[in-house]
Amino acid sequence: MSMPGLYVSPEQLMQDRADYARKGIARGRSLVTLEYDSGIALVAENASATLRKVSEIYDRIAFGGVGRYIEFEQLRIAGVRHAELKGYQYSRSDVEARSLANQYAQMLGQFFTHELKPLEVEIVVVEVGTGGEANQLYRIQYDGTVMDEESYCCIGGDADAVRERVAEGYDQSLDAEAAIRLARSALAGDEREISAADIEVALLESIVPDALHRRRCFRRLDDADVELALGDDAAAAADDEADQDDS
Amino acid sequence: MPFFAPGDDPGASFAELLRRTGSEPFAGFAQTPASESGVGPFDGSHATTVLAVRSSEGVVVAGDRRATSGHLISHRDMRKVFPADAFSAVAIAGAAGPAVQMVRIFQLQLEYYEKIEGKPLSLEGKANQLAEMLRGHLPQAMRGLVVVPIFAGFEPSNGRGRLFQYDVTGGRYEEQDYATAGSGSLHAGTVLKLGFREDLSEPDALALSVRALWHAADEDSATGGPDPVRGIYPVLASIGSDGFRQLSDAESGEVFAALQADLASGGNGSPTANSPEASR
Repeated sequence: MSMPGLYVSPEQLMQDRADYARKGIARGRSLVTLEYDSGIALVAENASATLRKVSEIYDRIAFGGVGRYIEFEQLRIAGVRHAELKGYQYSRSDVEARSLANQYAQMLGQFFTHELKPLEVEIVVVEVGTGGEANQLYRIQYDGTVMDEESYCCIGGDADAVRERVAEGYDQSLDAEAAIRLARSALAGDEREISAADIEVALLESIVPDALHRRRCFRRLDDADVELALGDDAAAAADDEADQDDS
Repeated sequence: MPFFAPGDDPGASFAELLRRTGSEPFAGFAQTPASESGVGPFDGSHATTVLAVRSSEGVVVAGDRRATSGHLISHRDMRKVFPADAFSAVAIAGAAGPAVQMVRIFQLQLEYYEKIEGKPLSLEGKANQLAEMLRGHLPQAMRGLVVVPIFAGFEPSNGRGRLFQYDVTGGRYEEQDYATAGSGSLHAGTVLKLGFREDLSEPDALALSVRALWHAADEDSATGGPDPVRGIYPVLASIGSDGFRQLSDAESGEVFAALQADLASGGNGSPTANSPEASR
């Protein structure tokens, strides 16, 4: 027996799901990932100091997510588990961003087509090259689309506008501080200011691996480090000095 | 990619994750038959000397390099001191295979916890994790595959080094000044006991550790001494406010050279030979 009243065309179904996911993602703040002269910077607008958007996956691999926190957090944990299991079963050098990005794509695609609701997230998986290898930047969308990006990559509600602003100021020879400053101004746009406390910053530093320690390239910057990198602190210190000179 | 339902999630335990994904971390050892070679349980034959000493800067950990099978030397450059994470180290005595596997799982566990939870375990938490792994290993220890570790670390929160000694049953005992394990531990422990002072600086703690290892190697056939011909020296590591640092073989060689000079000039390698009191 047919039930014509309940029929929804597959095109419509997919369209509705995509709209749903996009709306969810558009509500959140954006994240910028960009290569600098000796690594990759991940900079996210994030008012929370404890619920993180940017994290470490493995020695040379980092993860960034925007959208619904609990959903990209689950993806992050699954990524850490995938990487750790692979490194345990084979070798640490066999863990790669490319295979991880494909796993994520599969999972997001599966959620998008088979589950009641798609995941309202967009993620980046980046790997810093050591010993002359190129960096890898992957952007994975809510429906499992993977994009291999070069130099920089933006995700989140305002991603297109942010990407344009990054493109204007981007240069391959930026140092870490300049990259963080560019990312912040791109996230803020012309009308707003974002304070150091409201951005979350982590670096994947291209270090020479040394069998024992210092194999972990990921370094999270605390608020003081971020202020220092942004130059806010230096400006404030200069003001203080000027005040002291006056007195 | 591993994905678990809420309530079925293995949480921040890496060993549990391994079990859930079908690879028991200590599978092979669990099936070993009871030993018939005369290596009985608790015979203390964990041929090795490893030690840890607290210094004013943190803690020093050291271990010899010899691995034996029966009366034969199987390795001359075995490592028995490992970084557990950035601020702690683990040193092992006992059956090499299970001991090395235990260290590997322990290292992975600490890093895994840190990533999943977003902050590292407390030093006490790390010490307890190792105790739990040892408890799980007890059935294998009863069959002769004994593993006895030492765990030492630096607590950035209070700027102090802490040491933990264990027994085969997973008993965990915090020591205040020094800890030893292995067949040479009696001799090494005596040297440390006589030479320990409350304000031991890091270089003094390293010199004392080297003396302790030398005396252990001098009395115990299963403990290796310095090997200047091959350039192989006991592993020396220190953990302080800037984390774990292992001395290079050249640096360890220098610490041994000081001891050698003392012995050559008629000294007896006494632990107080270099101390300020003795030189007065």
